[in-house]
Amino acid sequence: MKTNGHQIDMNETVISIRNLYKSFGEKHVLQGIDLDLHKGENVVVLGRSGTGKSVLIKIIIGLLKPDAGTVNVLGEEVDKLEDAALRALRLKVGFSFQSSALYDSMTVGENLAFPLTRNNRDMSKEQIRKTIDIVLEAIGLPGTINQLPSELSGGQKKRIGIGRTLILRPEIMLYDEPTAGLDPITSMELNKLIVSVQERFNTSSIIITHDLTCAKEVGDRVAVMDEGKFIREGKFDEVFSEKDGLIKSFYDYNFIQ
Amino acid sequence: MSSTNEKSDKPVITAKIDGFFLHFYNIAAFVGRFFREAFRPPIEWGEFVRQCYQVGYKSLALVTVTGFITGVVFTEQSRPTLSEFGVTAWLPSLVAIAVVRALAPLIAALICAGKVGSSIGAELGSMKVTEQIDAMEVSAINPFRYLVVTRVMAMTVCLPLLMFYNALIGCLGSYFDVHAHEQTSLVSFFDNAFAQITFLDYTTALTKAILYGFTIGIVSCYQGFNASQGTMGVGKAANVSVIVSMFLIFIEEVIIVHVFNSIR
Ligand SMILES: Nc1ncnc2c1ncn2[C@@H]1O[C@H](COP(=O)(O)OP(=O)(O)OP(=O)(O)O)[C@@H](O)[C@H]1O
Ligand SMILES: [Mg+2]
Repeated sequence: MKTNGHQIDMNETVISIRNLYKSFGEKHVLQGIDLDLHKGENVVVLGRSGTGKSVLIKIIIGLLKPDAGTVNVLGEEVDKLEDAALRALRLKVGFSFQSSALYDSMTVGENLAFPLTRNNRDMSKEQIRKTIDIVLEAIGLPGTINQLPSELSGGQKKRIGIGRTLILRPEIMLYDEPTAGLDPITSMELNKLIVSVQERFNTSSIIITHDLTCAKEVGDRVAVMDEGKFIREGKFDEVFSEKDGLIKSFYDYNFIQ
Repeated sequence: MSSTNEKSDKPVITAKIDGFFLHFYNIAAFVGRFFREAFRPPIEWGEFVRQCYQVGYKSLALVTVTGFITGVVFTEQSRPTLSEFGVTAWLPSLVAIAVVRALAPLIAALICAGKVGSSIGAELGSMKVTEQIDAMEVSAINPFRYLVVTRVMAMTVCLPLLMFYNALIGCLGSYFDVHAHEQTSLVSFFDNAFAQITFLDYTTALTKAILYGFTIGIVSCYQGFNASQGTMGVGKAANVSVIVSMFLIFIEEVIIVHVFNSIR
């Protein structure tokens, strides 16, 4: 299968989630999630605020533990891995935070170098510098290398956050609301960035958002989440052609925006 | 593994008592993890040195001033009593014993708890609530080793140094006061002062300082690492770091004094 000029291999699943449950005390957040991500595919997860989208991808990367269900990433059961094996897996999975989560005591260059130097201790200074330059160029922010995160705009921070995960050359990218809180033009640029990252680095991605333009632009498939479950799944046009209440209200809301 | 706290649903006794024991269990687990991670290579030397600079060098001014003042004040306060018995010649050794046995370890520790403990609590706390610690986790970096081990080590190494420095400055302060009143020379003052201090005194002081440094490091890293509830949690982590560190330091002081006095 081929979309947007990239290759999707429907026979190879890189992430497979079955029957996932997660509660915080009395609060039942995820209530039976099933999801597959194929190699080379961009899946967009849509849903209202507080439905548990961030919780879902934090479970995928092993920051939170599920109460029940299985999460298989690149052939490994994430919640059963020992620390060392989990770290090895995380090298192959990039995670871009909703809040960017840049290290605010470090410059942009140091932010990008940090994952590199900690994970490849014998890399030379020139190699590191070269890798940083390549990534900064890919995310469209050359020349920010000596700036502190506090001197960057929200959109720039998001890009650096994405760059920091790209620097380890992940096979899978998980984006938590890459366009939230950004103006439409910057959002469009970020959508383009996500697509170009996928084509250039040949990643498979899960993109979480409530932004329908983003979903339409970058998603090969969209999954709509409500109250801890996926209620719709399929191609963007299929899902949003249905004129049922929830999808329509979501659509209208975005339209008014 | 994960740095997020998760609570089980049903309390065993009452939620409060459960929480109290859970808290102790968590701190013990934190200490255990420190010893498991601390000596496994690779050691983060760069960050360790940076933290030593933060702990040591940046507390130096405060430790100097307080040490000097302690020496002067303690000498001034002791003089009337000693002169009643005509033994002001004992001043140097009295001050030295007081400073090395009791004052210097406590003063250095309390200053570090206030200055460094609060800043570690706030720094790690804000890294926690802004997901920077999680960001390390997902980049396959061990945040515990990078952030906690280096800071606890730096505290443990630097506090003894600060303590001995504080003791020295304390004695120097005392010398200036004694020199002004009793016209002693520097050499005879320090001869007198250190003649009375035994090897056991130094050992006690060193043990205290190492333990206090470790306590401050562990307590403030633990508070920061487990901060929650946004910016409020950061303030709380800083605040609680100082209070708990100081409280534990006094408890440890009592225990160590009893143990070493029974050896003496
Ligand atoms: N560590 C936690 N402890 C307790 N409750 C949590 C925790 N993390 C998330 N929750 C709860 O889980 C629910 C889902 O949160 P989540 O962050 O996944 O929402 P979301 O779908 O990402 O929303 P948004 O679009 O606003 O980012 C929320 O109600 C939140 O209160
Ligand atoms: Mg979210």
